[in-house]
Amino acid sequence: MISKTEITAKNEAFLRRITELSGVSITRCEQCGICSVACPLVSGMDISPAEMMRTVQLGQEEVTSTKTIWVCASCFTCTVRCPRGLDPSKVAEALRQIELRKAIDYMDISTIPAEEMRQLPQIALVSAFRKLTG
Amino acid sequence: MKIPYYPGCSLKTTGKNLEVSAIAAAKTLGIEMVEIPKWNCCGTVFSLTEDDLMHHVAPVRNLLRVQEMSGNGSVDTPNKMVTLCSMCFNTMKSAAGRVSRNAEDLVKINSFMNLEEDYKGKVQVLHLLEIIRDMGFDKVKEKVSRPLNGLSVAPYYGCMLLRPADIGIDDPEDPTIGKDLFEALGADVVDNPYKKVCCGAFHTVNDKSLVADLGYEILTRAQKAGGEAITTSCPLCAFNLDNRQKEISAAHPEFKQMPVFYFSQLMALAFGLGEEECMFEGNYVDPRPLLKSKNLL
Amino acid sequence: MEDKKDIMQIIADANKSVTTGIDSADIEHWVQIHIMGRAYKVPAGLTIMQAMEYAGYKFITSAGCRAGFCGACATMYRKKGEYQLQTAMACQTRVEDGMYLVQIPFAPAQEAKYDVTKESYAASTLLEHYPEIARCVACNTCTKACPQDLEVMDYIQDALRGDYASAAERSFDCIMCGLCAIRCPAEITQFNVGMLARRMYGRCGMAEPEQAKKQLAVIAEGKYEEDFKRLLAADLAELQQRYAEREREAD
Ligand code: SF4
Ligand code: SF4
Ligand code: SF4
Ligand code: SF4
Ligand code: SF4
Ligand code: SF4
Ligand code: FES
Repeated sequence: MISKTEITAKNEAFLRRITELSGVSITRCEQCGICSVACPLVSGMDISPAEMMRTVQLGQEEVTSTKTIWVCASCFTCTVRCPRGLDPSKVAEALRQIELRKAIDYMDISTIPAEEMRQLPQIALVSAFRKLTG
Repeated sequence: MKIPYYPGCSLKTTGKNLEVSAIAAAKTLGIEMVEIPKWNCCGTVFSLTEDDLMHHVAPVRNLLRVQEMSGNGSVDTPNKMVTLCSMCFNTMKSAAGRVSRNAEDLVKINSFMNLEEDYKGKVQVLHLLEIIRDMGFDKVKEKVSRPLNGLSVAPYYGCMLLRPADIGIDDPEDPTIGKDLFEALGADVVDNPYKKVCCGAFHTVNDKSLVADLGYEILTRAQKAGGEAITTSCPLCAFNLDNRQKEISAAHPEFKQMPVFYFSQLMALAFGLGEEECMFEGNYVDPRPLLKSKNLL
Repeated sequence: MEDKKDIMQIIADANKSVTTGIDSADIEHWVQIHIMGRAYKVPAGLTIMQAMEYAGYKFITSAGCRAGFCGACATMYRKKGEYQLQTAMACQTRVEDGMYLVQIPFAPAQEAKYDVTKESYAASTLLEHYPEIARCVACNTCTKACPQDLEVMDYIQDALRGDYASAAERSFDCIMCGLCAIRCPAEITQFNVGMLARRMYGRCGMAEPEQAKKQLAVIAEGKYEEDFKRLLAADLAELQQRYAEREREAD
C-alpha cells in the first residue's frame, strides 16, 4: 500500500534536533544504501544504517527504540564510504545520546559476570560504558 | 628522538606485551618514549556529538601534560606525542583536532579545567607506526638481525588506525603500512580481505557472540589467504581476536586457533631482542610453537 | 523584634557549652551565614559546626570527632557572588560572611563485599568490584571537592590501570567523608575504591612492617593475657570507674 507520509511539526523538530546534535546534514542523504552495504554490523541490526538515516529524515522518534543505534560500533566504515560525505556514525551517536540523556542506560554494568570482569581489558569496559551508559 | 609517550590503561595490564615490546623496538630505532607523568584514561572512544565537550576533557588534559613536557625540556620533540593503542591514538588525535580547529571549544574546556594552565591547542598526536614509516623502512631493515623468513603474516588494521580519513595514518581503503613494515622484517606478508573490518569493539562486553562471529570471519579469511598469524596494534582488537578464540572454537569446532601478535612483538623478535622484550607469554594463543617451527625462537 | 531577640538569646545561651562559652556581649565581629536557606548572624571565628550550634542546631548526626579525622561533618557551601560550590569539614572550617551552607550527613555508597584474603592482586579486582571506575571522565571534580586535598582523580586513574601502590598512597589520608562521591558525574564511590586498593596493597604489595611483626610476636607470647582476663572479669561499676580514670590526651 502506498500512502503519503505527513511531516508534522514534531517530526521536523526531531530532525532538527538530531541534525544539530550530530552535525550531519541528514536531509542530504540520497538513500543510496552504500552505508548499509559497508556496515560490518548490519546483520545484527533491525533497520539498516540507510533506513536509520531515512527515519530521521522523516523525523520519526521511534528510531530511538531500534536495536540499530546500540549495535553500531562507531567503526567509521560508513563515514569513509558515504558518497555525499555524510556520517551515519554521528547520527547513531546522537540517537544514543537522546536516550542516555534521559537516564536510560542500554546495559547494566553490574550484571557483567565476575569471570568476564577478570579478563576484560579496561579499553573494552571504558568504551562500552561510554557508548552504552549515560 | 625523545618523545612524550601516552600508554593508556590497557597497556599497563592486558596489553603489557604491546607496551614492553614497542618501547624496546622503538629504542632500537633510536626513539626514546618518555611516559607522560600523571596521564589519565583518554576515554577510549571519541565523543561524536556536537555539544558534548565533557568527554573531551580527558584527552585534552593529557595533551596539556605533553605541552608541559615540551616546556620543561624533558623531551626534544616539542608538542608531539606518540601512542601505541589504536583507540587512544584515535581519541587523542580527534580531540586534539577538534580543539585546535574550534577556538570556542578550547576556551570552554580550558575554563572548565580552571586549576590547570591553559592548553594552547598545538600538540600533534602520532602513532608509533607513522613515526617508523616516516623514518623509512630501510632504517628498520638495517636493524633486523633475525629476519622473520618463512613466517606468513596477515596484517590487521581494524578501524581506529584508518578511519575517519582525516585521523587515520594510512589510506583508509588500501593501507600498506603493515605490509611494508613486516616485509622489512623479512616476513611473508599475505593480504587479508578482512583487514579493515571492525572486530566488534566494545560489544565484547555486552554481546560476545557478535564479536566471536566477526572474529571468526577475520581470522578464517586470514587463514584462507595463507596467513599463519595476524597482527594488530590495539589491545581491544587483540582481546577480541586472540582471547575470544575460546568462544570462536566453542561455536566452530573445526576452527584452528592462530596467534595474534602486536606489530611491536614481531619488531622486537626480528631486532633480536630477548623474551622479556617480546613477551610472547602475554598472548592468549601461544605463538611460540609457530615461531619455533620457523626456527625463530 | 524584642521577642525575636529573646529567642535568639535563649538559643545562644542553650548552646554556650558547645560554643566554648561565648557571651554575645564579648563578641565584636559578626558574620551572616545561611543554613539551609535561613539567615543567621553568628560570631566570626567560629567553625561551621560551632556556628550551627550557636544558631540552635543540634548535631545528632554529621558530627563525630570534632577534630578533622572522622569524616562525619561534610559540608557544602557557596559564597555570595561566587559560582563555585565549595566543600569543607564543618569542624575544621571557619565561617565566612555570606556562606550558604548545608550539611551532607551521609553519602549513599556502593560498597562491595569481598574477602581481601581471597582476592587476586590484579588490576581486574578493582574493576570487578567497582566497574564504574571505567566511567571516569577525568573531570577532576572529585579532587576539587576533597577537603583533605587528595588527588582523588589520580587515585581513581591509578585504580583503573591497576596501580595499587599509587592508589593506596594517594588515597591514604582519605577520611571517608563522601564529598567526592556526591560530586562525581560518573557516579563513582571513590573512597571505597581507595579503601579496597589500600587493603589489597597492604596485604599483597607492601613489605610487612617490622614494628607490627615484633608486636604480634609479643602478643603471641601472652604478654597481655593477664590484663585481658582482668578486664573480662570486671563488673560494670569497675569498668565505669576505669573509663572515668583512663589516661587521656588533652582536648
Ligand atoms: S559506524 Fe556504525 S553504522 Fe557505520 S558502518 Fe560502523 S557500525 Fe555500521
Ligand atoms: S551512504 Fe550516505 S547518502 Fe548513501 S544512504 Fe548512507 S548516508 Fe545516505
Ligand atoms: S583507550 Fe584504552 S587503553 Fe587507551 S587509555 Fe583509554 S582505556 Fe585506556
Ligand atoms: S578493530 Fe575493533 S578494537 Fe580495533 S579499532 Fe576497530 S573496533 Fe577497535
Ligand atoms: S569526579 Fe568522577 S569522573 Fe570526575 S575525575 Fe573524579 S572520579 Fe573521574
Ligand atoms: S577522597 Fe573523597 S571521601 Fe576521601 S576525604 Fe577526599 S572527598 Fe572525602
Ligand atoms: S566531626 Fe569528625 S571530621 Fe569533623
